Amino acid sequence: MDALAALVASAIIAGTPLMLASLGLLVNEKSGVINLGSEGLMLVAAITGFAAALTSGSIALGFIAGAFSGMLLSGFFAWLTVWLGANQVATGLALSLFGVGASAYMGIDYVGATLNSERFAIPVLRDIPFLGQALFRQHPMVYLSMVLCLAIFWFLQRTRAGLILRAVGESPASAHSLGYSVRRIRLAALLFGGACCGLAGAFMSLVYTPMWVEGMVAGRGWIALALTTFATWRPLRVMLGAYLFGGITILTYHMQALGVPVASQILSMLPYLATILVLVLISRNANWIRLNMPASLGKNFNPNT
Amino acid sequence: MLRLEPRAAPSTLMAWLSPLLAVAVTMVCGLILFTAVGKDPIASLKVFFYEPIKDVHGWSEMGVKVAPLLLISVGLALCFRANVFNIGAEGQLVVGALAAGAVILALDDDTNGGAALITLAVLAGAAGGLAWAAIVAWLKDRYNANEILVSLMLVYVAELLLSWLVHGPLIDPDGFGFPQSRLFSDGFLLPVVLPGTRLHLGMVLALVASVGGWIFLARSFAGFRLRVGGMAPLAARYAGFSSRRALWGALLVSGALAGVAGAAEVMGPIGQLTPSISPGYGFAAIIVAFVGRLHPVGVIFSSFVMALFYIGGELSQTRLGMPSAITGIFQGLLLFALLACDVLIHNRLRWGN
Repeated sequence: MDALAALVASAIIAGTPLMLASLGLLVNEKSGVINLGSEGLMLVAAITGFAAALTSGSIALGFIAGAFSGMLLSGFFAWLTVWLGANQVATGLALSLFGVGASAYMGIDYVGATLNSERFAIPVLRDIPFLGQALFRQHPMVYLSMVLCLAIFWFLQRTRAGLILRAVGESPASAHSLGYSVRRIRLAALLFGGACCGLAGAFMSLVYTPMWVEGMVAGRGWIALALTTFATWRPLRVMLGAYLFGGITILTYHMQALGVPVASQILSMLPYLATILVLVLISRNANWIRLNMPASLGKNFNPNT
Repeated sequence: MLRLEPRAAPSTLMAWLSPLLAVAVTMVCGLILFTAVGKDPIASLKVFFYEPIKDVHGWSEMGVKVAPLLLISVGLALCFRANVFNIGAEGQLVVGALAAGAVILALDDDTNGGAALITLAVLAGAAGGLAWAAIVAWLKDRYNANEILVSLMLVYVAELLLSWLVHGPLIDPDGFGFPQSRLFSDGFLLPVVLPGTRLHLGMVLALVASVGGWIFLARSFAGFRLRVGGMAPLAARYAGFSSRRALWGALLVSGALAGVAGAAEVMGPIGQLTPSISPGYGFAAIIVAFVGRLHPVGVIFSSFVMALFYIGGELSQTRLGMPSAITGIFQGLLLFALLACDVLIHNRLRWGN
């Protein structure tokens, strides 16, 4: 029982960065912009957050720095794609490639440094048998990410601003003719998404590992992108998918520890293979994707023409 | 106020000037970066843009880097023109290298080798890359799975596969447990085309691929169908051009070329299977393809620029005490700069309101 509780707890931790990034990307995509730079954003935020936390001694400051670095880069992405009309796929790739290089460069002095990770627990609730260990002894950011998920659900489905955001993603021309600024709304969505990816990256280096290793995001930015498709652009399904993937990651570690006679490299392939499997299962039904995907996803909109 | 004004028609001149402008912008950004971290900017520029090409040896080392970049980017140029975003060339390269390496390790008895066996190994590399790309094509064609994400996930799988094989089944039994295969014997190494240097046959293969790709795109009907499919999918469908065939064709060709690049790396400069075969050639080639205007001959120019960044990055480590990660920054900057400069193809800059 204790082992299972520990498994659930670590699956949630492993799933949290995926969920944070994926929620940000979901908001981006709801506004019609696909940001393939998430891997780069997360890497830069991971090192920025780690460096900030190490110098200031404050984990919270690390998260703030990570979120800001994500916003900075996604603001640049917004300038290139939303204002200058650059191809979203190519710009996102550039951001990812740049992020890999920039984070490696920035992180050289921080390789090997460690943060002393604090332990957290919610009083009273932590003592509930099983649930206490599985759910209530997490880092505050884990709970914050759950709240964020619900908040995004509420925002998109229940608020006027959320409706406008979705309208921009479905038909920017209509939103424009109603007098909404497609560019500013997309910028806002991208900045929010960048902040989320930033938090996700900072979570990796501040809570999950907690240290800086070159390339430590290891494809999670891309998996987060796949998760938005898996979730058919619904926030609550993002949460489900993220924890599922967190579980797969943790399961591979446990199988290694238990001495399953399979090479560690083969086990480490599982999250990536699972991502492909999930994409195949979801995308198989083209109509379902067409029904759920924001109609203008990936298409730039120029209000001046 | 500087502002953008849409052009009546896209500017052909800017389409060709934009890559040059982008290289210039990247250089300026590099200067600012070097100055910001307290390095002598002129000395730094010299390391990046003069040292690598000051003699024949330098040029040959450039060629060693150009070979894989050019091979891959020719394939990617075809892919991107067909609107097939294969960004997993790195994985196809790794599997190609593995396939070629496995064939060599199975056949190599220290005495054999020669043209026929080398050809066989290179073909095995092509088949490996092709097979890896075929997975992407199949999942896209049959299940509509996004090729960007699938090809990228397969990069991680390929790298783990390589790591497993060189730690286990293909490890050198006399290698003191180091995770690498035994060295290939000379009979299986690609011949050097410039005596006294490391410039190998891969460079020739790359140039052949480049010219072949150009003939295919510009002169063949299949190339025409592929281009129309990428530029105007509806027009292509109306004309009865198969988008499935374009998808498969583009992915298989680019996979095979990336596989050859991988084979050429292990049969050339590396000479064995190691856990890391490529310093990100597969990803850098994406930038090379875009900067080369998705033109199979244009990518020759951009391959050389990218090779400069690689060698400049290595040199700046020894000469300037700068980490080689600087290469990655320059790569990203170059693509950013290109995308920003490309705005001028469809717009012109104007002063005033």
